[in-house]
Amino acid sequence: MNINITLLAQIIAFVILVWLVSKYLWTPLSALMEARRQKIADGLSASERGKHELKLAQERSAEILRETKEKANDIVAQANARANQVLEDARVNAKVEAERIVAQASAEIDREVNRAKEVLRTQVSAIAVTGAERILKREVTIKDHEAALADLIAHI
Amino acid sequence: MSTETAGGSSVEYIQHHLANLSVGQGFWQLNIDTLIFSFLLGALILFVAMKIGQNLRTETPGRFQNAVEGVLEFVDNQVKDSFGGKAPTLIAPLALTILIWVWLMNFMDLIPIDLLPAIAHGLGIPHLKIVPTTDLNTPLAMALVVFVLTIYYNIKVKGFGGYLKMFLFHPFGKFFVPINVVMTLIEELAKPISLGLRLFGNMFAGELVFMLIALLTLGATLSASLLIWFPLQVVLDLAWLIFHILVISLQAFIFMVLTIVYLGMAHIDADSH
Repeated sequence: MNINITLLAQIIAFVILVWLVSKYLWTPLSALMEARRQKIADGLSASERGKHELKLAQERSAEILRETKEKANDIVAQANARANQVLEDARVNAKVEAERIVAQASAEIDREVNRAKEVLRTQVSAIAVTGAERILKREVTIKDHEAALADLIAHI
Repeated sequence: MSTETAGGSSVEYIQHHLANLSVGQGFWQLNIDTLIFSFLLGALILFVAMKIGQNLRTETPGRFQNAVEGVLEFVDNQVKDSFGGKAPTLIAPLALTILIWVWLMNFMDLIPIDLLPAIAHGLGIPHLKIVPTTDLNTPLAMALVVFVLTIYYNIKVKGFGGYLKMFLFHPFGKFFVPINVVMTLIEELAKPISLGLRLFGNMFAGELVFMLIALLTLGATLSASLLIWFPLQVVLDLAWLIFHILVISLQAFIFMVLTIVYLGMAHIDADSH
């Protein structure tokens, strides 16, 4: 337990050991721990960023959904308006068409009536002439005939 | 106890245990056992370091790597606490080496005191002291390295003038220069001496207590008194062993912390001292 040359040997041994521990244990391991710390910090900040991005995306998707809904509503309203328009047009057209058809039909009827009247008039005058011939038992001359006819027609 | 009959042999036993395996005489005496065991333990540290270094994993550290990382972080925190996060790169590895090496050397104290010397005796080796820290040379060697580093960092941080000023004007101001020089000189010299002697004293005393416990049944013959002494020896030995686990850890830790503190004090400017 005296102080002797062992002291010097132990000093040298200690210095060398510190150097070796520093080189083979401390440096690689602390570098690794630092790398891990960095990695964890990066991971945390990345997750933070991811969270932020997710929030933004959610906001954007909600925005898009809202816009889409609005657009859809617009489209539906437009379609409704258009349908009403078409219906209205159809109604007006139908009315016009119906009136036209009615007018046409009444004109036709008038014409038919007139024609019938004309036919009747000629037949009636012919019957009347025939009747008159029978009564008179004689031939009515062309001249008489025509005169009588004209007289009759004027009366009818 | 067999002291009445074998008082001489007890003294012989202790003296035998206190002698180193050595070559040379006087100052040139070299304690071979101290060197061998401290080198072996240093080699063990390096072997383990290499073993871990071969398969370092950032993602999935093994259990052992985790444990070593824990020790490393512990030391690193101690250094950061003392230095405020701007320590020179030497400090932490130095502190780590001290912690592990001193602890391992102290741990040799827990090996049954007669086991290795008895084996050595069987091999024809006359003396064997297996605890390097019970050899004053070992703690003092580390303390002196720390002392030299303290002076180096003092001069590096404060400059030679600043270091000199610390001796001249501390602690009593400029009107007590001679007293200041003596006081500071004592203060500075007390640091390495107390650092080394504290560890040595604790380990030496601890080993001595193990020897005294071993003496209880030394040279006892098979007799009725052995029925008392042997259980007492077992209980005492176990108690001291468990207590000593605390002591060796505490002494290694104290040596490390004081090293950090002394080197940290060297980094504080004289003005803010």
